[in-house]
Amino acid sequence: MLLIKCPWCGVRDETEFSYGGEAGIERPLKPEDLNDQEWADYLFMRKNTRGLFLEQWNHSLGCRQWFIVERNTVTYEIIATSKIKNEAPDIQVDA
Amino acid sequence: MQINRLKSGGQINRDKTLRFTFNGQSYKGYLGDTLASALLANGVDIVGRSFKYHRPRGIVGSGAEEPNAIFQIGSGATTEAGMRATQVELYDGLVAKSEKGWPSLSFDIAEVNDWCSKLFGAGFYYKTFMYPAKFWKIYEYFLRRMAGLGAAPREPDPDYYNHQNTHCDVLVVGAGPAGLMAALSAGKSGAKVIIADDQANFGGSLLASKELIEGLTADKWVSSQLQMLEELPNVTCLSRSTVFGYYDYNFLTINERCTNHLSEFTEGHVRQKLWRVRAKRVVLAQGAFERPLVFPNNDRPGVMLASAVSNYINRYGVLPGKNPILFTNNDSAYQAAIDMKIAGAKSVLVVDSRSEQPSDMVDEARNNGIELQFDAVIRNVIGHTKVKGVEISTYDSGSNTCAAQATKRTCDLLIYSGGWSPAVHLHSQSGGINKWDDNRHCFVPHTTKQASFSIGSCNGTWSLEDCLKEGIACGRDVAGSLNLKVNDINLPITKKIKLNPMMPLWQVIAENSVENLPKQFLDYQNDTTVSDIYLAVREGYTGIEHVKRYTALGFGTDQGKLGNINGMAILAIALGKPIAEIGTTTFRPAYTPVSFGVCAGEDIGEMFEPTRKTAIHDFHTESKAPFEIVGQWLRPWYFPKDDEDMSSAVIRECLATRSSLGIMDASTLGKIDVCGKDAVTFLEKIYTHDVAKMAVGQCAYGVMLGEDGMIKDDGVMARLGENHFYLTTTTGGAATVMSWLEQWLQTEWPHLTVYLTSLTDQLSTIALVGPNSRRVLQKLVDADLSNDNFPFMKTCKSEIAGLKVDLFRVSFSGELAFEINVNSNFALYIWNLLMVTGRDFEITPYGTETMHVLRAEKGFIIVGQDTDGSINPHDAGLGWLVSKEKDFIGKRSLERVDSIRSDRKQLVGLLSVDNKSVIPEGAQLIEKKSPSGPTPMYGHVSSSYFSPVLGHPIALALIESGRNRIGDKLLAISSDAKAIEVTIAKPIFYDPKGERQHAK
Repeated sequence: MLLIKCPWCGVRDETEFSYGGEAGIERPLKPEDLNDQEWADYLFMRKNTRGLFLEQWNHSLGCRQWFIVERNTVTYEIIATSKIKNEAPDIQVDA
Repeated sequence: MQINRLKSGGQINRDKTLRFTFNGQSYKGYLGDTLASALLANGVDIVGRSFKYHRPRGIVGSGAEEPNAIFQIGSGATTEAGMRATQVELYDGLVAKSEKGWPSLSFDIAEVNDWCSKLFGAGFYYKTFMYPAKFWKIYEYFLRRMAGLGAAPREPDPDYYNHQNTHCDVLVVGAGPAGLMAALSAGKSGAKVIIADDQANFGGSLLASKELIEGLTADKWVSSQLQMLEELPNVTCLSRSTVFGYYDYNFLTINERCTNHLSEFTEGHVRQKLWRVRAKRVVLAQGAFERPLVFPNNDRPGVMLASAVSNYINRYGVLPGKNPILFTNNDSAYQAAIDMKIAGAKSVLVVDSRSEQPSDMVDEARNNGIELQFDAVIRNVIGHTKVKGVEISTYDSGSNTCAAQATKRTCDLLIYSGGWSPAVHLHSQSGGINKWDDNRHCFVPHTTKQASFSIGSCNGTWSLEDCLKEGIACGRDVAGSLNLKVNDINLPITKKIKLNPMMPLWQVIAENSVENLPKQFLDYQNDTTVSDIYLAVREGYTGIEHVKRYTALGFGTDQGKLGNINGMAILAIALGKPIAEIGTTTFRPAYTPVSFGVCAGEDIGEMFEPTRKTAIHDFHTESKAPFEIVGQWLRPWYFPKDDEDMSSAVIRECLATRSSLGIMDASTLGKIDVCGKDAVTFLEKIYTHDVAKMAVGQCAYGVMLGEDGMIKDDGVMARLGENHFYLTTTTGGAATVMSWLEQWLQTEWPHLTVYLTSLTDQLSTIALVGPNSRRVLQKLVDADLSNDNFPFMKTCKSEIAGLKVDLFRVSFSGELAFEINVNSNFALYIWNLLMVTGRDFEITPYGTETMHVLRAEKGFIIVGQDTDGSINPHDAGLGWLVSKEKDFIGKRSLERVDSIRSDRKQLVGLLSVDNKSVIPEGAQLIEKKSPSGPTPMYGHVSSSYFSPVLGHPIALALIESGRNRIGDKLLAISSDAKAIEVTIAKPIFYDPKGERQHAK
């Protein structure tokens, strides 16, 4: 059972957390501009990395915050955890 | 008669006689016995039949490695299957049965398998029982019966089990010489230590040892060490506790058996405990398993491991034979021969495959009058149900061959030892790597993945002095690594013994040298033989993991304790490779079997899952309403009057609600308060409809889609203020929707200022439904409820009896209706007040079944019943809810090629052509005349009821291109294959214009 450091609460057992898949998948700002293939890539395609992997976890039985975990998918070693940045997306304004 | 019991000696109490039965026969043993030692004392030779060939088998070992004496203990609700007699402590009244052997152990009819064994090699099941595939169920029934796998109790287990979570600095596994020293050394340095051992007493190999330590006998010395440990407040000693799993980040599980040794059932006590330990450091001192030697008929009853023989003599005062022969390739086994002779065996012969070399053990054996024969091997065992003798040949270790001639010699016990295999199970479970050691001829721990240390014989360290030394050093290192002040302990003084190295002897007779050899067993529990390994190799298997699966070597509860290393070595020989290249199989938890009871712990019965009750629950129980469990909630199903059955109650409730007034507890709806300056921006993304256009005080029915465009949840939502909303979700979806909203906010739009608060438990919701609902509610509230002032889909605040309420004019029945939200603490009071006020209109409480009928009459969907994760809003006829102007989650997916197919399944209504058959939910819909070939299935029935107000059955269904097929006739086929002819209709059966819910 993993030990995961929640950036808000500290080190806790894996049973307090739930897994949220690959991190860093951004929702397209203008989905309507994407063709079916591009939309399907966003929707369905995920990496299956062997080695270091950035993923989302939720402290679901704790503070309920989502955060980022850098984990080695081979050794299960957790290298780092970090909060999600509170930033607005960089919206491109049409000319 | 305990014919094999010695007059004195051992750690048993001869004053405490215990009675027990084995296969219905009564026996006596003593306190301190295991079931195995007591059976041996009573001269019971056959304890089981083997898995495949049903050969008679006897006790081989004295601990976790025992492959044959596996019993069903007890009966009825407290019975346990798969118990090793070597690990079952005897108690008075113990009832044991062998799991294999029919009709009896001495005559097993299936032993015919042994005589025909040429037919039953490895892979036999795979090859034989493949055709026809549908017969497998029948084959399986007989195979399982023949295999004899014990029986699970049919009644609930009355025992109590619990779990304990704990943290420690050091977890020491095994309390033999190395483990004791490590625990003491770390403990004296102040570390928080847990030391666990699977036996009743600490000491491990020392319990049967004759060695002197610090001038004390081994067992006395162990007692003195245990006392020191117990005096340390920072040390927890757990006996009868098996560490059975080693998981990531030094998380280990321990199964402590608290009362198994007392009786089959001990009222008022915890039977077993599951410890869940997170340790900073783990010290593995589990010891080693003695290896069998491999030769023809090496499985006959009366063939026993050398260490087990010493255990039975020195710990239990049992002499398992009078004329034993010991077959060995190492020095340590000599101890068993010496113990036999001292305990009174008439003649003892040692057959050693090595040439004679000076050694302390050899000298001691000779001094005790033991006959020694070097350069010799046992090449066959004589006797069927019991060893009667052996065939001995001379052996040339240089050429690895034994002479063709053999001399016969009688004996009543064949003791064997092929050296030792470190118990690397936990080390391997932890992710550690093992390496073959060419000097010690065993796999030893090589690299570790976690903070663990292997010491003593599980590290391949054999001599007592070295084990003690390693333990002390390890305790010191561990304490140091934890920054504790190291408090050293002295190395206890032991006698130095000169030992000769063992000689690897994997196979007495090469498989391919002799035709038609009797079977040479590797894994007794799974009946895996040497020829199975050769067969696997001939059939092309080369990897140990494949060979394991093909031959069952090390399967099941054995987990590679007894025969694995021999099997790997023989695979290496068959492939002509060094053992180091073969490697080991994967070791998995559990190390020894763990009962389901202790895994479940307290999470059973009412504690299995929380039960949620609404604030109005007492009314429902007083009304004798049966409950339906929905998302952990207990919801009243219907409210029977007198001895009404369900269908009459539902008809009455439906008609009363449609004609006058019904009342329903809708408190289980998910309720979420959403506020913050970006609430509109957020909800615009969440819902398909135009949230921004809603006026304050406006309600709307909304659906949420997944990003795949499919309906995720639905419910009424209301705009309470400019930046303040109230959402409802389905009962079952409350928690997941809340989490889902949080995820979007936190991971995708963290820059939005939005606050989500679940109000599901804080607020109760009462639905007042029917043409007279306004009249009754108006009596209790000041707010003007007239249609002009409070039209359909509006919300307002008001008071009832001085209590603040939120009113919603919404309807899930199609009737004029109001939902009243009130603080849950007052909900029952308000409910009762409404019941009294509504009496003049025969107010009728109704449950979930009537709610379903009423909503189905109106074609309102239930997410998860009329949708299934593949239904988008257009499919469900909710296209009118989908905004064309804004983006929302799932919108782009509605434009995908697959989403705009014309033959998608669509929600429609169904009417039975005979106007009286209620169509079973789940029924498949097919054409009345199907074309040849596979019958095309157009969809299925999702909701189906008898409509009391219409007087005929109604149903909702999802049918391909359904909306274009209104009026078509199909057949509905359910699992009982009954066909009902149905007509496709619009999915709205009652008040299609919606006049009733808009009532003025």
